[in-house]
Amino acid sequence: MVETWPILSSLIFFPLLGVVFLIGIKQEKAIRIITLIISLIEMGLALPLLKFQLNSAKFQFIEFHPWIKQFHINYHLGIDGISYLMVLLTVFLLPLCVLCSWNYIQKRVKEFHICLLLMTSACIGVFVALDLVLFYVFWEAMLIPMFLLIAIWGGPRRKYASIKFFIYTLAGSTLLLVAIIAFYLKGGTFSIPELLKMDFPFHFQFWAFLAMAIAFAIKVPMFPFHTWLPAAHVEAPTAGSVLLASVLLKMGTYGFLRFCLGLTPAASVYFAPLMIVLSLASILYGGLVALGQTDMKKLIAYSSVAHMGFVTLGIFMFNLRGVEGAIMQMLNHGITTGALFMLVGAIYERSHSREIEDNLGLGKYLPAYMFFFGLFSLSSLAFPGTNSFVGEALVLIGVFEKYKIVGLMAVPGALLAAAYMLRLLQKLAWGEPSKGKNFTDLNAREWLYLVPLGLLVFYLGFAPKLALQTMDKSIQKSLIKVHTVQKSSNINLTLVKKEKDID
Amino acid sequence: MIKNMYLFLPEIYLIFLVIVLFFQTLSKKNLSTQWLSYALFIGLGVCFYSLPAKGLLFFNTYKIDRLSQFFKLLTYLGLTICVLNAKKNPQLTASVKKSDYYLFMCLSSLGILFLSSSIEIFTIYIALELTSYSLYILVPLRSNSPKAVEAAIKYMLYGAVATALGLYGVSYILAVHHTTFLTTLATQNWNFTASTLSIIGLGLFLLSFLYKLSLFPFHFWSPDLYEGTSNETATFAAVMPKIGAVIVLIRLVSFVPCVELKTILAIFAACSMTYGNILALVQKDVKRLLGYSTISHAGYMVMGLVVGTTQGLGSVAFYVFAYVLMNLAIFWVITHLGQDGNNVSIEDLQGLYQRAPIFAFVLAVAAFGLAGIPPTIGFTGKFFLLTSLWGHGFNWLVIIAALNTGIAIFYYLNLVRFAYTKEPTEQELATDFNSNLVAFSLSVGILVIGLLPQNIVQFLINSVSQLKP
Repeated sequence: MVETWPILSSLIFFPLLGVVFLIGIKQEKAIRIITLIISLIEMGLALPLLKFQLNSAKFQFIEFHPWIKQFHINYHLGIDGISYLMVLLTVFLLPLCVLCSWNYIQKRVKEFHICLLLMTSACIGVFVALDLVLFYVFWEAMLIPMFLLIAIWGGPRRKYASIKFFIYTLAGSTLLLVAIIAFYLKGGTFSIPELLKMDFPFHFQFWAFLAMAIAFAIKVPMFPFHTWLPAAHVEAPTAGSVLLASVLLKMGTYGFLRFCLGLTPAASVYFAPLMIVLSLASILYGGLVALGQTDMKKLIAYSSVAHMGFVTLGIFMFNLRGVEGAIMQMLNHGITTGALFMLVGAIYERSHSREIEDNLGLGKYLPAYMFFFGLFSLSSLAFPGTNSFVGEALVLIGVFEKYKIVGLMAVPGALLAAAYMLRLLQKLAWGEPSKGKNFTDLNAREWLYLVPLGLLVFYLGFAPKLALQTMDKSIQKSLIKVHTVQKSSNINLTLVKKEKDID
Repeated sequence: MIKNMYLFLPEIYLIFLVIVLFFQTLSKKNLSTQWLSYALFIGLGVCFYSLPAKGLLFFNTYKIDRLSQFFKLLTYLGLTICVLNAKKNPQLTASVKKSDYYLFMCLSSLGILFLSSSIEIFTIYIALELTSYSLYILVPLRSNSPKAVEAAIKYMLYGAVATALGLYGVSYILAVHHTTFLTTLATQNWNFTASTLSIIGLGLFLLSFLYKLSLFPFHFWSPDLYEGTSNETATFAAVMPKIGAVIVLIRLVSFVPCVELKTILAIFAACSMTYGNILALVQKDVKRLLGYSTISHAGYMVMGLVVGTTQGLGSVAFYVFAYVLMNLAIFWVITHLGQDGNNVSIEDLQGLYQRAPIFAFVLAVAAFGLAGIPPTIGFTGKFFLLTSLWGHGFNWLVIIAALNTGIAIFYYLNLVRFAYTKEPTEQELATDFNSNLVAFSLSVGILVIGLLPQNIVQFLINSVSQLKP
């Protein structure tokens, strides 16, 4: 496939070019406008991606250049159905992030926007890299701007939160690097498509899975590794929270899908019970803790833990519905939770507090605001007709197809979501005493970034077919390997049974 | 003989500079030494010109090959930056002239040039002594500082013992193999059971270089030296001796496939990186912190020596290059920050982003590089080392090295955090264009070579493959 215009490279490097451009500009207003223009151009650059072929499991828009020959490292990019939607989501969120920090960020404006652009570059890089080393470079490089976003523009406990975030994620990914090197020595290449074709012995898969799973589980974050997330979310500025929730967390689940299922299918099957239990724990624990929060951001952060639990649960069901639901849920969580964080940021600009107590009874005074808050809250609790319903329903279908008991245990998680979101919504809309009298309703800028997200909620809620089509083929392809492993182990089991019967 | 002297060009040029400096020191007037930096830039050109040179000199004790020429270029680069860095040196002892200071710097570097080409054990030994003795003189040159003297004494005593042991080891090698030429030694049997004595001897000889590298357990001098001596000398002492030590280690290890020795090296490496990183966590003085970080980096470098394959040794050479660039960058910032020559504590970094934005950027790049975060040369170097080590029976070392990144990130991140997130308490830092330019080009080097290492890696691996018999 000869590509005349390197679409994916342009998506990665255009923000970097924008950074160079921004350095020369002094006025704060100009910086904001130019970053907005850059992000819109970036969206324009992403338009050719719409040519994506739906009925193919192949990697598309491939770019390939040798990078470091001695170690067989290549600059290899490409997307398939699993990463396609994530790339679009990342590109789509950038202008919204610029808009939602228009008033919120008042100090060191230039550096802030530079960090945003760097983040975007690195995030796109993670999703499109088809070489393990390239993937790792982006995976780690992304930590630096995120660290700065939290550490400079964060809340009062930013020092604690930023360092915890950095060390937690870095410590997790050190072993990922070891796994990458081990794959190279075993398979002779860093190329992901080539490695995906290979079969590795179980003993090797066992350790490789563990090394990778820790890195990804921390990023997701799954139950025992989740403690960095609430701290980071609460302290991060709005745009930081949005990027963190909408894009960063997806990298973990993307890693599970692409690497754990693809490279170590046998170990994935072997560890599936553990992962399922941890996912259930995330769902229930996240929901229960969210129920008790008084800080809105913290509440949404814990709800993220629960939502991401559904994603991992879906992935480790190894059936089409489950994985489809997981990817849908990744996308939905990006849209819904991102929007909720933006809304919290918007009310924080008015009341200067994120405590629920300080923001009671806004329904009467800020109807437009409450409309959006209601919409996204309903979406967050997976109300039918909204996007999250599709994802969560698919995951649950997948789960019930396989293990009824697990399904029964996951359903209370969905109920908990309704409990904590409705509690929040009810207090915000009708609580007493209200301070909302002095607040102004949404302004044009806020409408501008909430409307597209709102439309997406309905679009994905009512017509998820197109989104599902993009991923179906790729999911089926990646599940084939897992299924062959499962079958062979089933055959072994049945053989053992038969032998016993004969005895 | 004479017709081959062009091979010796980088050394001749530096000897010439040393002679000029020597005559300057004789003069009673305090003559300007401005010319030296320009002369060294020419020297860089000379080195670059003689990069492809090849040949044997001085009765086969002196080998000019691509590896040696690369390390000479690196030495010149380090020396140039160190001289530029020491232009001010506000705490130079009153009785010492600038030219004295530079004289010993150049002499020490001359020793490193010799080290990178010597292939005969006594030549190596003499070159090593030239390097060390010049440095022993440089270290205490800090006015009214008992700590500097303490550091110098520690450094010298340790050095004396280490080299004495090394020499003792040489006697074993000589006794068993009856030769001191590395080329002949390479053809001997280095099996542990067959020649136990000579392996022990070689181990002792290696020790005198591991000491230079400040590998655990020969590291005790390093933090004290960094903290005690002046910022300018610390820059030199942190960077230059490492270049000399590594080139000799690469040459020695390239022909010894003895597993016992390697296992010991591997254990030292593992201890070194863990020890260095853990102790660095609690340091307040930035130079002392870097002293401990050097110990951990010595561990990383030895990792490549443990493998001993072409790829491994090439990776070590690359890592030294990375180490030199990153340390020069971070020390450049520190030296310019402590403008009155005082030590810089972490608190002094507060608000650097406003006081000197370029320095803050360079500090961040260097710190992330030292921590091994992509896309810097530090990550690339570490990645090459880990890749070449995996699958040679030392997988545990790879895992320890990878986990160490997780420990190390805390204190490097702390530097960046202080520089970027705290508000400044002092006024703007007066920086001139030239120092900004040097700092910036170092950081660009760290980033660009980190992303595009292809040519240099190729060069190094090719040149290392010529070492193997």
